[in-house]
Amino acid sequence: MIEVNDLKRSFGPVVAVDGISFSVGKGQVLGLLGPNGAGKTTAMRMLACFIRPDSGTASVCGHDILKNPIEVKRSLGYLAENSPAYNEMTVGGFLNFVCDVRQITGKRRKAALDRIVPMCSIDSVYHQSIETLSKGYKRRVGLGQALIHDPDVLILDEPTDGLDPNQKHGVRKLINDMAKDKCIIVSTHILEEVEAVCTRTIIIARGKILVDSTPDELKEKHNCSLDQVFRRITRAKSA
Amino acid sequence: MNSFWAVFKRELKSYFTTPLAYVFLVIFLFFSGYLTFKQGFFEAEQADMRPFFMNLPLLFVFMVPSTAMRLWAEERKVGSIELLFTLPVTITQAVLAKFFAAWFFLAIALALTFPMVITVSYLGDPDAGLIITGYLGSFLMAGGFLAIGCFFSAVSKNQVISFVLSVVACAILVFAGMPTTLSYLSTFLPAGLVSAVEGMSFQTHFESIQRGVLQFRDLAYFILLIVGWIAACTVVLDERKAA
Repeated sequence: MIEVNDLKRSFGPVVAVDGISFSVGKGQVLGLLGPNGAGKTTAMRMLACFIRPDSGTASVCGHDILKNPIEVKRSLGYLAENSPAYNEMTVGGFLNFVCDVRQITGKRRKAALDRIVPMCSIDSVYHQSIETLSKGYKRRVGLGQALIHDPDVLILDEPTDGLDPNQKHGVRKLINDMAKDKCIIVSTHILEEVEAVCTRTIIIARGKILVDSTPDELKEKHNCSLDQVFRRITRAKSA
Repeated sequence: MNSFWAVFKRELKSYFTTPLAYVFLVIFLFFSGYLTFKQGFFEAEQADMRPFFMNLPLLFVFMVPSTAMRLWAEERKVGSIELLFTLPVTITQAVLAKFFAAWFFLAIALALTFPMVITVSYLGDPDAGLIITGYLGSFLMAGGFLAIGCFFSAVSKNQVISFVLSVVACAILVFAGMPTTLSYLSTFLPAGLVSAVEGMSFQTHFESIQRGVLQFRDLAYFILLIVGWIAACTVVLDERKAA
């Protein structure tokens, strides 16, 4: 459902993403792993059509990110790094705005809200303004926003960042529950998360793909914990 | 509801969920009334709204950029721009929606000056046509200033910088048409250039609409100005949204 073809993007002299290619199918949860500044966020932003690649292209659900960005945005749910939102709005107002933009109206809107609000456990803050929320709640509102149209493809940039252990567990369970009929890309640098949710993992550093494998395979091949594998791979290549 | 209306509605609502709208309205209404009466509204003994409209360009130079400065600067600073542009909205739709929401808000502010109209009608028998064209001119001028402010708001993440830049740009366009500026310029510029400068100024076109004459060139001036700055805003925003 996601095809990435030689995507490149640099910011001035800094090459953020240097020709990555991969494809992800339905039912897969891909973990994008990498040290800080590896290009994970840039790659995800390009897939979500927020920034344009310098060269190369990608398609989401058969829609090209350069030729048909609106269709791409319609078919994917995207949670950005710090789950940005309109702070002066209430949670309810914000979710309704997203429904407006995504043209979810009438009964479908009610059904969507009835599904999302308990799913992300934001019932208790539904009438609060977003600026008063804690980081964890903000993140869950962001997640709700990304899931409200029940997209086939989900791109989540560090979805558990800033959550407490219980909430982390909740989000991972949510991802696992959705995994079988969606295509999900999760970026993270928390390795236990990869083991908990991902069926496949790609390690990138300095904008290049170093490894494309499954968490189990990696552990087996290197015969050590994922933590050690990660260090071995990213340090060896960047040294 | 399509994306344009969704963004428009959200934006307009956001004026009224923050104190911004109320602070703006109170200050705008106070000064528009104060300046009118201070500059001899009663002494002139004429039941028309000239003293009121005359002061608007100067008031708008400060007030409109203060509404416009947050349009994109805030969105970029908070990061909500990433949310907005990963929803199915095109840049043009978003820019237009925000621009029209702000313009509509300024229209509300102008409409709330209706007590002036009542006052003038109570005191005498004003020419309704002049009042209507006066308001139309003010509305168009607000749109022009707003388009400029919208552009500078996209240029910088910092609201203060975008405010200052758009005040300067608006002020230049207003003052270019003042008689003092024009007579100074005519001391060293050829007459053709002076009239070109005059033709580019807000003041010239605003006053001409205010006289009650709707000329094509005045309307075209404002429309071109708005379209031009909005188009520039779209281009700049596309370049800078992720920066």
